[in-house]
Amino acid sequence: MTLAIDVSGLNKYYGNYHALRDVDFSVEERQRVVICGPSGSGKSTLIRCLNRLERHDGGRICIGGIELGDNLRDLDAVRREAGMVFQHFNLFPHMTVLENCVMPQVLSRKTARRDAVERAHAYLERVHILDQATKYPGQLSGGQQQRVAIARALCMQPRIMLFDEPTSALDPEMIREVLDTMVDLAEGGMTMVVVTHEMGFARQVADLVVYMEAGEIVEIAPPDRFFDAPQDERSRRFLSKLVTA
Amino acid sequence: MPTEKTTFTSLHTGGSMTQVPERQSRLSGFVKTLFGDRLSIALTLISVLIIYAFVPVIDWALIRAHWTVASPAECQSGGACWAFIGAKLRLILFGLYPPEEQWRAVIVIVLIMALVLLTLSPRFWGARLLLVWAAGIAVMLVLMGGGVMGLPPVPTSKWGGLPVTLLLAVLSLGLAFPFSVVLALGRRSAQPVTRGLSVLVIELVRGLPLVGLLFVAAILMPLFLPPDWNIDKLGRTLAALTIFAAAYLAEVIRGGLQGLPYGQTEAAQALGIPYWRTIWHIVLPQAIQKVIPPLTNTAIVMVKNTSLVLIVGVFDMLSAARSAATDPMWPAPSAEAYLFVAMIYFVICYGIAAYSRHIETDLTARSHS
Ligand SMILES: Nc1ncnc2c1ncn2[C@@H]1O[C@H](COP(=O)(O)OP(=O)(O)OP(=O)(O)O)[C@@H](O)[C@H]1O
Ligand SMILES: [Mg+2]
Repeated sequence: MTLAIDVSGLNKYYGNYHALRDVDFSVEERQRVVICGPSGSGKSTLIRCLNRLERHDGGRICIGGIELGDNLRDLDAVRREAGMVFQHFNLFPHMTVLENCVMPQVLSRKTARRDAVERAHAYLERVHILDQATKYPGQLSGGQQQRVAIARALCMQPRIMLFDEPTSALDPEMIREVLDTMVDLAEGGMTMVVVTHEMGFARQVADLVVYMEAGEIVEIAPPDRFFDAPQDERSRRFLSKLVTA
Repeated sequence: MPTEKTTFTSLHTGGSMTQVPERQSRLSGFVKTLFGDRLSIALTLISVLIIYAFVPVIDWALIRAHWTVASPAECQSGGACWAFIGAKLRLILFGLYPPEEQWRAVIVIVLIMALVLLTLSPRFWGARLLLVWAAGIAVMLVLMGGGVMGLPPVPTSKWGGLPVTLLLAVLSLGLAFPFSVVLALGRRSAQPVTRGLSVLVIELVRGLPLVGLLFVAAILMPLFLPPDWNIDKLGRTLAALTIFAAAYLAEVIRGGLQGLPYGQTEAAQALGIPYWRTIWHIVLPQAIQKVIPPLTNTAIVMVKNTSLVLIVGVFDMLSAARSAATDPMWPAPSAEAYLFVAMIYFVICYGIAAYSRHIETDLTARSHS
């Protein structure tokens, strides 16, 4: 069976700054991986390399068996494979909620509009927001917007979903509704990579927790082992800060 | 609940609203607006003076004006000679276009106005509207130029008046738009060559006066091009106006691009939307929404700039009015001719401004529930 995500020897520089150092990491199909670590440790950089929002400078990244490089056709195939949800939603403010889900399908897959609308309805229903379909994003709460963003990504029918701190920009009372949507997605068997500080979510759905610090992967472990018996000194320090915070 | 005492005092200190009949209180409010403080008094006085200064103008334009005359000599007795406009209407509106063919020019004007009206509704915006415009423009050019389908040919040197003004305005803005988008994107590009080239073009064109650009296009260019490259003078003028508009529009659009969060293009990338489609469907609509006021401004300036083509001998509406006013039969009617043309320009430009206000309120309604 091919790995959903296979990263080896990954290096990334911003100018002179070494943002990712020899990162090795792989995700099997239907596996859920949570990435955590202190601010500036390279979590966003790593997840953004996976669909080439950032170019990497060394190492290999294979998504669904396709290696990421300068080949545009491969890049398109990878982006087809992997959907992404951002911290700040990044919905298109000049389109209604429904259009946000319909237009990307039409624009990038040349899906017939009728099929696109049908699919948009189905996924908006699935994230429980179909009743807001005719509104504009600016008229929704943060939690609602993030659920629309999830539906928008799902409309492209990806096999992998990447989340970069999907709840960090939300008011506390809205975090639950987004996490519930993600749990629902995980239970449906989606392959997921989630950068988050929500440790409850990690315990509940993650198969693996990846702990990063200073551009390196320090520890990879199943959640119960990671939280209850972290092996590395740095992970222990991170976790102890979480508890006291 | 206020006590008895406070109610009582407030009634006496100036809260007498409830007892005074409403008509009177509105009147006193009006007086207060006009003479309430020193600034108001000063402004009121200045306004009265301005209105007073206009009395002779009103007298000239309306009261002593001649609306219809049996012979031009009647206009000699002072007062505006509006009858002149009636007599010269065809010349002002259509220039030297052959009178028996002027129905074609009328159709062109109607077509342009119909297309503009169609474009007003955001519902129709999209690639199809562009096709309709392209077809419409082609029809207009054929109608004006003739030479096919039994229409007698009319060379562009005979085109004139309002159709030329409208065609120059619409075409220069319309053709400039795609160039300006490319220039604006180029100026923000990460590639130094693209960026440098865009900056060079924009700054060069903005640094030149439009009159100079028109001279180069209309008079110098034919000297440098091979003689068999017979590009029409009207076409060269249009090219100059287009380049000029493109440089200014590019800077306006760049302003809109700068205000756009980076996450928008990132989201589009992650969704696999190709580059130019992202520009067309995601980036431009938002960038343009942000810069509607300066965009309107540029459009209005460009409409009025078309009148500068008279310097290189293109017969737009202003040139036509000028030449109409030189008719020795009529006693010096240039004020009337210019006023009439000014009114047409005003209607067009005010229309653009009013429309942009309407669009803007429409768009803000979207982002706040
Ligand atoms: N475009 C960029 N240019 C230069 N440096 C960058 C850029 N993006 C990120 N960095 C740097 O790379 C490092 C890793 O950034 P990254 O955003 O991946 O961290 P993170 O783990 O996601 O942090 P956070 O929890 O704050 O989101 C940081 O030190 C950051 O300053
Ligand atoms: Mg981050």
